[in-house]
Amino acid sequence: MAKRIDVSGLTAYYGSHKAIEDISMSIEPRSVTAFIGPSGCGKSTFLRTLNRMHEVTPGGRVEGKVMLDNEDLYASGVDPVSVRRTIGMVFQRPNPFPTMSIYDNVAAGLRLNGSYKKSELDDVVEKSLKGANLWNEVKDRLNRPGSGLSGGQQQRLCIARAIAVEPKVLLMDEPCSALDPISTLAIEDLIGELKEQFTIVIVTHNMQQAARVSDRTAFFNLAAIGQPGKLVEIDDTERIFSNPSVQATEDYISGRFG
Amino acid sequence: MDIAPTASVPPPKAPPGNSATRPGDRIFLGLSKGSGITLLVIMAAIAVFLTWRAVVAIAHNEGNFLTTFEWNPNANPPVFGIAVLAYGTIVSSIIAMVLAVPVAVGIALFISHYAPRRLAAPLGYVVDLLAAVPSIIYGLWGALFLVPHLTGLYQWLDDYLGWTGVFAYDGGAARSLFTAGILLAIMILPIVTNVSREVFKQSPKMHEEAALALGATRWEVVRMAVLPFGRSGVISASMLGLGRALGETMAVATVLSPSFLINVSLLNPGGGTFAQNIAAGFKEAGDLGRDALIASGLVLFVITLLVNGAARLIIARRKEYSGANA
Repeated sequence: MAKRIDVSGLTAYYGSHKAIEDISMSIEPRSVTAFIGPSGCGKSTFLRTLNRMHEVTPGGRVEGKVMLDNEDLYASGVDPVSVRRTIGMVFQRPNPFPTMSIYDNVAAGLRLNGSYKKSELDDVVEKSLKGANLWNEVKDRLNRPGSGLSGGQQQRLCIARAIAVEPKVLLMDEPCSALDPISTLAIEDLIGELKEQFTIVIVTHNMQQAARVSDRTAFFNLAAIGQPGKLVEIDDTERIFSNPSVQATEDYISGRFG
Repeated sequence: MDIAPTASVPPPKAPPGNSATRPGDRIFLGLSKGSGITLLVIMAAIAVFLTWRAVVAIAHNEGNFLTTFEWNPNANPPVFGIAVLAYGTIVSSIIAMVLAVPVAVGIALFISHYAPRRLAAPLGYVVDLLAAVPSIIYGLWGALFLVPHLTGLYQWLDDYLGWTGVFAYDGGAARSLFTAGILLAIMILPIVTNVSREVFKQSPKMHEEAALALGATRWEVVRMAVLPFGRSGVISASMLGLGRALGETMAVATVLSPSFLINVSLLNPGGGTFAQNIAAGFKEAGDLGRDALIASGLVLFVITLLVNGAARLIIARRKEYSGANA
């Protein structure tokens, strides 16, 4: 079910500004890959190119290749809508649909894809909420608005919404940056469980978090403000945090820079 | 005038926290309190005046004020009733809403979410311009252009839907409630469009992105993240439009050929509205005639209040699910 991603020579622009340049990497299925780096180095932009969300921004465009198994996501004729149905995304700020109930939030993606029987939807909603470790907290109030939950619960609701459509890959853009430490821990535990089924890519500013949750870590950096961000190195997380091959990575991780 | 003495007060020796004694706060408090009270006094004065004159008129009325199909306050005995006016006002406004709101929401969505930026700005400007046209201009255009050009459409409606009675048409001049409704629709289009557009523009980016990331198409994003967020705004916008349609005077008076009859057919001439009747009758009315017209104005006032109240109820009932607490 989970798929691998191979990126080669990817460059992304905002209008005439080059945000990231010539990035190539492989992301293994059923693993957690963390992106770290200073603000503005393009790690979020790069994440958004993986499910073609980057081009939603006015002026956003991409050059290069992103292969999901053997399928080029940027080949002509590929519908970005169907790409996004295969590659789910969780955002920095919890964003459940405020006008929908908890149930409807989780079912939203399924309802886009077609019509389901009530019992089928019920099953998927329960399974997804259980998958997101939220079921026990909300099972008695599935018809209440999702915006009534706490921030951490809302973020897990968003994860349930994303996994309900059974994506091949789950992208997470700083999913814990708006959450308190306890909610963060709950999400990190969840990531550990989710990687059994999904390929997970997570952007984080928190290096301890990258060290805790990820199998592989990619370090991004930029030469100067206004310069495009580049991939410095990607390696096993253990190696990145103990003995990275590039000096800049070690400087960043040990806090001597950035 | 109030400002002069306070300006000469030396700055307080700053016992912090006691902000009520600072002159700036006091002036602002006085100004805002005063404005609020003034508004309430004016509203109360209008209500008292309308009610008082209306009571005088209704006391002299020999017919039933609510059900009589006649407007002869200067006759002896005076007989007048608002049935025809209430019917005409409400029906023409409903027609205007039914025609205008879907189109306005469509234009607003196009400007806020579909049109390329180069097209959206001029289009918004044109809609703003429509709102600035005085109603008498709409009335003249309606009478000179719309009325003669609608006969074809009415004939066609009669051919296919004439059997319902509502769309029966006997071929006279198209100076009917339906024509008034079409004209009102054009007149309320800009305000409904503008308010809806502003609301749609503010629909949070993060919810649109959430929908996109689930694999929603552009229309699905609008349906999941924009329309639900804008729902209460669209209702408010429609109520602003409805308020204008209910009270519109000159345009309706120009295109309608009034009569004190309730016509089953919307396409045949006849009927009237409160505002149109007041405008048409005020100059030639005697004392009691004026009071009778004021009484009809009071009814319009009450209808408008009820409509606004209903709209607030609808909005409040959905509050929990609105985008406001996101």
